[in-house]
Amino acid sequence: MGKKQCVAMLLAGGQGTRLGLLTKRVAKPAVPFGGKYRIIDFPLSNCFNSGIDTVGVLTQYQPLVLHSYIGIGSAWDLDRRDGGVYVLPPYVREKGGEWYKGTADAIYQNINFINMYNPDYVLILSGDHIYQMDYSMMIDYHAAQKAEATIAVIEVPWEEASRFGIMNTAANNRIEEFEEKPKNPRSNLASMGIYVFNWPLLRKYLEEDAADADSDNDFGKNIIPKMLDADQRMYAYRFRGYWKDVGTVESYWEANMDLLADRPELDLYDSAWKIYSVSPAQPPQYVGPEAQIACSMISEGCQIFGQVENSVLFPGVYVGPGARIKDSIIMPSARIESEAMITRAIIGRKTVVESGTGIGHTDTETEHQSPVNWFSGITLIGENLVINSDTKVKRNAVLSDGGVISSGV
Amino acid sequence: MKNVMGIINLHENDDMLREMTRYRPLAAIPFAGRYRLIDFVLSNMINSGISNVGVLAKGNYRSLMDHLRSGKEWDLARKRDGLFILPSVNGSLIGEHSDLHDLHNNLDYLKSSRQPYVLMSGSHILGNLDYRPVYEAHLAKKADVTLLYKDYGLTGRQGISFEHATMIEVDDDDRVVDIEICPVRPKGNKMSLEMFLIDRRLLIDLVDSCLSRGGSSVARDCLMKNLESLRFFGYSIPGYVARIHSVESYFRRSMDLLNPEIWQELFFENGAIYTKVKDEAPAKYQHNADVRNSMVANGCVISGNVENSILFRGVKVHPDARVVNSIVMQKGEISAGAVVENVICDKDVRIMAGKKLRGEVNHPIIIEKGTVI
Repeated sequence: MGKKQCVAMLLAGGQGTRLGLLTKRVAKPAVPFGGKYRIIDFPLSNCFNSGIDTVGVLTQYQPLVLHSYIGIGSAWDLDRRDGGVYVLPPYVREKGGEWYKGTADAIYQNINFINMYNPDYVLILSGDHIYQMDYSMMIDYHAAQKAEATIAVIEVPWEEASRFGIMNTAANNRIEEFEEKPKNPRSNLASMGIYVFNWPLLRKYLEEDAADADSDNDFGKNIIPKMLDADQRMYAYRFRGYWKDVGTVESYWEANMDLLADRPELDLYDSAWKIYSVSPAQPPQYVGPEAQIACSMISEGCQIFGQVENSVLFPGVYVGPGARIKDSIIMPSARIESEAMITRAIIGRKTVVESGTGIGHTDTETEHQSPVNWFSGITLIGENLVINSDTKVKRNAVLSDGGVISSGV
Repeated sequence: MKNVMGIINLHENDDMLREMTRYRPLAAIPFAGRYRLIDFVLSNMINSGISNVGVLAKGNYRSLMDHLRSGKEWDLARKRDGLFILPSVNGSLIGEHSDLHDLHNNLDYLKSSRQPYVLMSGSHILGNLDYRPVYEAHLAKKADVTLLYKDYGLTGRQGISFEHATMIEVDDDDRVVDIEICPVRPKGNKMSLEMFLIDRRLLIDLVDSCLSRGGSSVARDCLMKNLESLRFFGYSIPGYVARIHSVESYFRRSMDLLNPEIWQELFFENGAIYTKVKDEAPAKYQHNADVRNSMVANGCVISGNVENSILFRGVKVHPDARVVNSIVMQKGEISAGAVVENVICDKDVRIMAGKKLRGEVNHPIIIEKGTVI
């Protein structure tokens, strides 16, 4: 194998428990987003657009959908003779084997893969964020600072800073301190979970970390603090632009809604920085004579006869005459029949909402007491469900996959 | 269907498509919001289980090659079989340039293919067809040639023109008894789909013998002239078929797609229609969008008014613009306040602010590729 300047390692094994039903059958990076994408399309497309052609994808939780989605990587032009995309699940060695214990352990267990390309730099990415970023500029910055490690940071509102990993930096952006979710933050520069390391040094730290039985084997908790303690040259790289963690049902829903502004911060229509995905073979959407659509994103294969407002519709969704969809996300091939009313809901793949059904009632007095997304106001409907005619499903309710719902929930 | 190979014959008459075929063969005309005509026959072939397809190219086929490339989108980038481009050879022995000629020049491809049967088709008559029952009928009837046709009956041909069509007559056993190419007054309502299944060796013999006797056309010289000596059968195709031979028929058949039943049948009946993927984002409807009875492809951003129209991938319709009874091809842009009615905008056309263009239903205006108005 030829030497590569940079190999990207994409951490895609997370379960994403806070996404509830959305990650019941798929790993978080495989969760559908934005009317045709999956979350992992964003880091993979960023790699392709940044000129990084060797990407290891570390998988663990519910990998089937993710593996089949990535395939040989041709959707992102990563089916390459020298390099390309590699799916790297945990494996068994001569003397046993283990699941990935933490983010650092996942990379440690794949040292051989990275060594194969003997890169100068390793770029660590995660599959939980929606953003468009040119990693090559971050790598250039890393090289210019002669850094051992560079961490991408973004300014967050001060009142939210205590939810993030915060970097305290000197005026020249050299990182002096890292605080995980500080109560009284001294900076509002949050780590984006994107790191560039010099490979020889990272390898040394990973090996030491693996030998330490007390370690959590985590970049944020172990590797970064140890490097700081040793006074390694570590720099913060400031990113300006749209970046959103989609770790909860609420933030996931918000990130989808963010796309619907007339001029959204994240521009999916920018031909210079396209987000690539595996495209289904579906015809253009048909919009019926009585349809009304506004502030929405609608994908191929949809048939719209009713009203759609401020919503995201994935491929092959049917919306019957007189149906009303508002502030919602409708997954592929769902069927919303005539006169159904859907407000602030996420409807799962292939679910049928029969005529006259009401989902996500705005009447707060009938709020469903669900512990999963308490007060988010978002109603979550699973896959392959049939919701019978005229059923009322209250706001905040969560209905699991499969089955028939014939009475109010 | 592993016994059948496909040949797509691009020698089709495109005289009546005016500006639309100036820079591209008929097969590469954009159709139905995101496809080119050839996608339908290619997808029908692979959905029917054919995995060896030769494209008999003609004229300026750069845009077609750009579209087909390795054939990956149709699952035809294969180690064994797959997609073959059969180039047109100019300045050949007889100095003529015809499909029979080009097929003869590419006879080695036919000879070295392993499948005993060949399905030969053009691209301008399209549907969502399953060729498997045709193959079964061909075997059952021990036919030499099975020609697909559409029987419009006595009542089914409203809005269907037989202008420049090939018409056939069959007997009670579906044996073809007469073929007329471009009759001025067709006798019946059975229109040839210009697709036929034939024994590969028989095709090779016919090409060889017809060319050496001065023939030039596969349809006229190989088929019509041997109508009586061959076991020549018809096969009636049940569903929707569109024939695109003129600007008017292109316009009408496009507008057929605004009928949800035809939309459903053409795109889903026997399998999906595949095309080159462009990775466009979903269509975006802005707060002041008003879209009625239209077909919209991904990548469109709509702020204006769209009615009874077809928007291809990446079209922008700005605020207060109106698109009525029109077709706007890939990356077209209709600026604020502009109006287009009964217009076909070819690729990359920009209609600047406030401009108004109106054609007639039976004579739509065509705006040539890349024009700025």
